[in-house]
Amino acid sequence: MERIILVGNGMVGHKFCELFSKHPQRAAFELVVFGEECRPAYDRVHLSAFFADRDAERLSLATQSWYDEQGINLKCGTPITSVDVNNKRVVTASGETIGYDYLVFATGSSPFVPPIPGREKAGVFVYRTIEDLEGILDYAEVVKKTKSGKATVMGGGLLGLEAAKATLDMGLESHVVEFAARLMPRQLDDRGATVLKDTVEGLGLHIHTNKNTANIGGNGSITHLEFSDGQQLETDMLIVSAGIRPRDELARAAGIKVGDRGGICVDEYLRTSAPNVFAIGEAALYQSMIYGLVAPGYEMARVALSAIFADHEAQAMPDVIDMSTKLKLIGTDVASFGQAITNEDEARSIVFQDDVAGIYKRINISLDGKRLLGGILVGDAADYNMLHQIQRNGMSIPPQPEDLILGARGGESSGASVLDLPDEAVICSCENVTKGALCGHLDDGSAQSVKDLAGCTKAGSGCGGCKPMLTDLVDAYMKSQGKVVRNVICEHFPYTRQELRDLIVMKNIRTYDEALDEVGTGHGCESCKPALASIFATSYMETANPQAVIQDTNDRFLANIQRNGTYSVVPRVAGGEISPKQLVDMGRIAEKYDLYTKITGGQRIDMFGARLEELPLIWEELIAAGFESGHAYGKALRTVKSCVGSTWCRYGMDEAVSFAIELENRYKGLRSPHKLKGGVSGCIRECAEARGKDFGLIAVEGGYNLYVCGNGGARPKHAELLAGPIDRKTAFLYLDRMLIFYLRTAPPLTRTAAWLDNMEGGIDYLKSVVIDDALGLNAEFEAEMNSLVAAYRCEWKEAVETPHLRSRFQTFINTDEEDSTLEFVDLRGQKMPKAWA
Amino acid sequence: MTTSPPQYQTVQPEAVTNWYKAGRTDQFPVGAGATIKYGDRQIAVFYFPRQDKWYACQNLCPHKLENVLGRGLIGEQEGIPKVACPLHKKTFSLTTGENLNGDCPPVAVYPVDVKDGYVYVGFAD
Ligand code: SRM
Ligand SMILES: Cc1cc2nc3c(=O)[nH]c(=O)nc-3n(C[C@H](O)[C@H](O)[C@H](O)COP(=O)(O)OP(=O)(O)OC[C@H]3O[C@@H](n4cnc5c(N)ncnc54)[C@H](O)[C@@H]3O)c2cc1C
Ligand code: SF4
Ligand code: FES
Repeated sequence: MERIILVGNGMVGHKFCELFSKHPQRAAFELVVFGEECRPAYDRVHLSAFFADRDAERLSLATQSWYDEQGINLKCGTPITSVDVNNKRVVTASGETIGYDYLVFATGSSPFVPPIPGREKAGVFVYRTIEDLEGILDYAEVVKKTKSGKATVMGGGLLGLEAAKATLDMGLESHVVEFAARLMPRQLDDRGATVLKDTVEGLGLHIHTNKNTANIGGNGSITHLEFSDGQQLETDMLIVSAGIRPRDELARAAGIKVGDRGGICVDEYLRTSAPNVFAIGEAALYQSMIYGLVAPGYEMARVALSAIFADHEAQAMPDVIDMSTKLKLIGTDVASFGQAITNEDEARSIVFQDDVAGIYKRINISLDGKRLLGGILVGDAADYNMLHQIQRNGMSIPPQPEDLILGARGGESSGASVLDLPDEAVICSCENVTKGALCGHLDDGSAQSVKDLAGCTKAGSGCGGCKPMLTDLVDAYMKSQGKVVRNVICEHFPYTRQELRDLIVMKNIRTYDEALDEVGTGHGCESCKPALASIFATSYMETANPQAVIQDTNDRFLANIQRNGTYSVVPRVAGGEISPKQLVDMGRIAEKYDLYTKITGGQRIDMFGARLEELPLIWEELIAAGFESGHAYGKALRTVKSCVGSTWCRYGMDEAVSFAIELENRYKGLRSPHKLKGGVSGCIRECAEARGKDFGLIAVEGGYNLYVCGNGGARPKHAELLAGPIDRKTAFLYLDRMLIFYLRTAPPLTRTAAWLDNMEGGIDYLKSVVIDDALGLNAEFEAEMNSLVAAYRCEWKEAVETPHLRSRFQTFINTDEEDSTLEFVDLRGQKMPKAWA
Repeated sequence: MTTSPPQYQTVQPEAVTNWYKAGRTDQFPVGAGATIKYGDRQIAVFYFPRQDKWYACQNLCPHKLENVLGRGLIGEQEGIPKVACPLHKKTFSLTTGENLNGDCPPVAVYPVDVKDGYVYVGFAD
């Protein structure tokens, strides 16, 4: 049996062991691993997560017992101190000597600390190991208590920004000093770096570029930095993130060839200048470069292992190493891929910049316009995975390459689909998983979800950057196979909403607990509770009061929660018609409780900033003044917007306001899969924007045109003509039927527009149901609507008048104190919540 | 995502030095949470009737540092009891405090004891 000695148990060293453990010829070898750190390999990429919970276990890549089980001899806390390549043996720190047949260096790198005077002072740290982070955390605690709490990071690169954001999250004032004129000088161009700077400054980081640190000042511990331009920056601690230096000291001392600026020289099989000695990961100098990323390191582990095993898979390192990166954790998206920075004579660049939104996108296109060479994305990196794939696989690009970052204008989507990628396209570069391999698992049924794929291939388990693309792949694949992804509610109810509703009604189930016992499993969650609440409401006109604890957040307290945890109050103002007396009453109440008031987009008045315990008091007064709940918080009928119509308007064909009030009063309180909105316009000028609503009526010669399934919001859609011209009575009839059909069949949180979009046969089918009674259910639909309308009660009235329902509006159980953490600031003479940090 | 202030630290049952009497069991909602005040801390207390289990965690959501968790929906994910923040639906395990659907820092959790119709929350100070 031949012995392999691996020096270093970091990320790449561990990958080597993992591949080793699975190799068919492994029995022919013995693997001994020496690690300098006191614990087995851990995930350095997500090191910053340690700040949140100090949980080293969560970062762990494998345990000592995993190594034991694999028959790999791992010795942690045992650095190798010298190597003798002539006699093929290594010496450990404890003086033990052990021989090898093959030696692999995976010694990684150490942070580079420039030789600045004062760098030995207390409070100066680097950012590489768990121990480094423990030191930073402990020191930060002291600094926060005893000093001003300022931290500075030296280096505005990938890691520096990540470290700076971490200090900010620790509650420190956070500064970044960068030697170059811009942030991330190696990955970004000037404009991209400027947008990034504005964004991170918006997050609270203080950025100082063009700063050459000449001295680290302080007596014993750091107090300030002195720059060569004579300026100073006060700081209580410093984290140096100025680049890395490969750990080649052992190899160098053993006479193995190293680069002029460090790094163990290797060829395309990761062989060093000494026989049977390899180097992988950040310690290896391949093509005169050190690659400070895990993906190339993992590739090196693969290549070196198969070179040692001389297996049939033995292949060389590729000529071009992909250094594309997506930055994580800093509160904004930043990515660069391929040739990010190019000159005019090698590529044509297309740039999109939006300073207000903090977005900068640049793509570089080959001069012949055929290939994407690379690019930069700041502020919005949603397209990163796809662009990166197009570049890496040399795929053809659209005739208007700008569509790649702007999206096609004119409807058709330009975005290539994941399914268009070649089979060799590497989707997960950390684990080197190709699209072909993933589709193989989907084809043979061994995987049906992203989770399954991760299980079979480990795809997505590294940096996680490919997860969105995995999701797209699974969705696109399923669709292409004609497999419908069944939209089940959650792990507790394996049914669609329609199936569940049918079961509930059929079995006459009345409470959530009964539902769980009879047709569910387990104990429920935040997805199925509101879904069932909606089914009870739409089937039995149950208000949000009797089963308050299963309601979605807003329904539970019959008010919309605001960003500081206070609530808004929106009384119903049917059709937008309000009398001066009602305005005065509302104004008086808003003034009394110091509420911020605003006219909403739905033609009513919203009063913001009520504390939980004030809600019933406010509503008591509103009810006394004749108001009712506006259900602004519920997936329920919101408003029926109207224009003034023939009441006053010289063009009006009918009294739009009266009809809107009638409609709103008929359907008020009606709960539905998503919110419902209506509109009535007095003529085709459409001032009420009725066609932007779930149902819209427009007065025309001879009656009304009834439009249904429109939507405003993010994906606007005009409502489609269901019938017209018809009279008001017929309009109600059709609406009753259509709404009940919607209540019964739509999935949770699906607006009518999306419901119709997914309906086979579309509007023609809907017409056949609602007008021609194709299902023969219209009589049932009408009866159901009539009974729901008859069961209407104002749920706020119910809540304030019933002591056990009212008792839920209480901030603290054990005291009547107000929540003293709420902070408001002045805004044009009204109040608003203090901004989020 | 932000780090919670230092007064919120998970208390292990064996570390409890003070069982604070939070209120009568019937003052708390069944199948949901309510909030209590303990010094300058706000603690959310939850009752899971189906399992007959009580849990407590900081009321402060680490996502935007708002005192709202006690008003969130509760439930279970593969057996782990959890609360969903009412503001952006981040979910937290009520046994470990861990954020189950994102990368927020964990919340501090506290032991709860019920005796003679009263609810007690365990603190180490
Ligand atoms: C207050 C108001 C904005 C305003 O100050 O004018 C508002 C505020 C909110 N809207 Fe809206 N929308 C308001 C009119 C609208 C309109 C205009 C309209 O109704 O004519 C639209 C577009 C029309 C439409 O819905 O099709 C609108 C489209 C949305 C959407 C996107 C819906 C969609 O299908 O794409 C959401 C998100 C959602 O519901 O999932 C939303 C969600 C929200 C929420 C509920 C977000 C939330 O969960 O906190 C906001 C809470 C308000 C509160 O706390 O009281 N709001 N929202 C308007 C209240 C109208 C009312 O009197 O009830
Ligand atoms: C905070 C942070 C964030 C990062 N983020 C990303 C990212 O988002 N994406 C990405 O691709 N990369 C990222 N990286 C880089 C990535 O972590 C490294 O590329 C990777 O860890 C390199 O693996 P390695 O095994 O070569 O080196 P290391 O992980 O450093 O492991 C080398 C190990 O060898 C040990 N060793 C050294 N000398 C000896 C000796 N003589 N005897 C025994 N043991 C020895 C060291 O103690 C160390 O444990 C990040 C790094 C850090 C620090
Ligand atoms: S548009 Fe967005 S921010 Fe404005 S009220 Fe609606 S949901 Fe809130
Ligand atoms: S504040 Fe955003 S999830 Fe809690």
